[in-house]
Amino acid sequence: MSRAARREAAALALPPLLTFCAVIALWEGTVRALNVPAFLVPTPSAVLAAAWQERVALGGSLVTTAQGACSGFLLSVTLGTAIGVLFSLSRWLERGLYPYALFLQTVPIVAVAPLLVLWFGPGLRAVSVSAFIVSVFPIIANTLAGLRSVDPRLADLFRLYGAKLGDTLLKLRLPAAIPSMLTGYKVASGLAVIGAIVGEFVAGFSEGNAGLGITVLAAYRQLRTDLLFAAVLLSSLLGLSLFALVNAAASLLLRRLRARG
Amino acid sequence: MSHAFNSGGPVLQDIDLDLARGSFVALVGPSGCGKSTLLRLISGLEAPSSGSIVRLAGTAAVATAAPPVKLAFVFQDAQLLPWRTVLDNVALPLELQGMSRHQARERARGPLAEVELSDVPERFPDQLSGGMRMRVSIARALVTEPELLLLDEPFAALDELTRQRLDERLRTLWLARRMTVIFVTHALAEAAFLAERALVMSRRPGRIVLDRRLALPEERTLALRTEPGFAAETAILYRALAAHGALEDSHAAAEGR
Repeated sequence: MSRAARREAAALALPPLLTFCAVIALWEGTVRALNVPAFLVPTPSAVLAAAWQERVALGGSLVTTAQGACSGFLLSVTLGTAIGVLFSLSRWLERGLYPYALFLQTVPIVAVAPLLVLWFGPGLRAVSVSAFIVSVFPIIANTLAGLRSVDPRLADLFRLYGAKLGDTLLKLRLPAAIPSMLTGYKVASGLAVIGAIVGEFVAGFSEGNAGLGITVLAAYRQLRTDLLFAAVLLSSLLGLSLFALVNAAASLLLRRLRARG
Repeated sequence: MSHAFNSGGPVLQDIDLDLARGSFVALVGPSGCGKSTLLRLISGLEAPSSGSIVRLAGTAAVATAAPPVKLAFVFQDAQLLPWRTVLDNVALPLELQGMSRHQARERARGPLAEVELSDVPERFPDQLSGGMRMRVSIARALVTEPELLLLDEPFAALDELTRQRLDERLRTLWLARRMTVIFVTHALAEAAFLAERALVMSRRPGRIVLDRRLALPEERTLALRTEPGFAAETAILYRALAAHGALEDSHAAAEGR
């Protein structure tokens, strides 16, 4: 790394790092100075200690939630993309079904989660479906918008050469839609983690491993606020990591395809 | 033949046109006069409101609904696929007509050489200059060996020198291949330089107000633009445009687009 690049990296990383240190210091200091009871607001050091003490359980929960979020996300990518493509092929299909796809976006997931337990049984399956419901709509909407955004003159060109429907889709509409589709996937990745944790609140009680949502609930009942903080922090970290992963894959793909997004 | 859009008045009125095979025709007119629409009608991308367009295939005069002649369209701005290399962009029409990718790429090398881009087949459009992109677009149009080549103000966005060079190259390509060319432009000098026959259109609703066979030599070089014969032909086109009010208030006409 050259000196200029190192300086630039430092300039990017330093401000948020400083903010982080300042907030942690302020938090630790204030809680200690005012003698705030630990069940209301634990100190950062207490949160860290609790996380270390419960590291095995927390690690297991993280894996469980990650499984639910990832399988829900993959389900969204597969079905959402397919639905978006189908809608783009037929105005009738889109008009007939789009309002109901929108319903997925607006339905309060907490209210539907008990139904998911009834239909899919408690555990991973219900949690995945919950993650799917929360994250699928942005994928449908972005896929559809991308497929529809093709320059009309390029569509004319394909028409002039008598291109078949499949060719127009594979050689024109899908490649043109990729930047927009990737945006949908990025949004969905963060939402899938939220959907998984909300799903766990209601549907996460299975005999085996409890997810982070269950950890949050259990810690709350026992007034283990330090553990609760640790679990919440881990959930955000999980969301961030999934987002970062999808983001990196998207940039890689975009660079290979040379589509500008 | 006349044409109107659903909204508003007629765009084109009483266009009666016969084009000889192998001729190079320039269509000149103020912006918004409907010359692009006329080109789309000829290509079959749109159907006329009244009257008909008959394209004759070969020597047998058969008119069918589907375009019987092989035609190619060059749009304003090259309209290349940004995710395809130069060679793959040129090969696209053949692929769409069912040729295998490998075979299409091999066939695409010929037209790419004709526009002198053989040295950059694997570059992507965003690595090319505007003039080079336009040459790729022309190669893509030539790859199917069209009998009718339609160009809609293809060089309008390029700088003057690049444009003159491309004009010259297009002229050379036409002399070698002798396909029928219809070239839409709003630049009189470009029309005079390129075409055998120039059609001048009036403001909207577009009518053809002058149909002139240009008295210029077959071989044309950049130097032609400085010769008196060239100036005389350009002046004739200019006067036809001016006589029909095309030069005044062309912005008002353009707003109707």
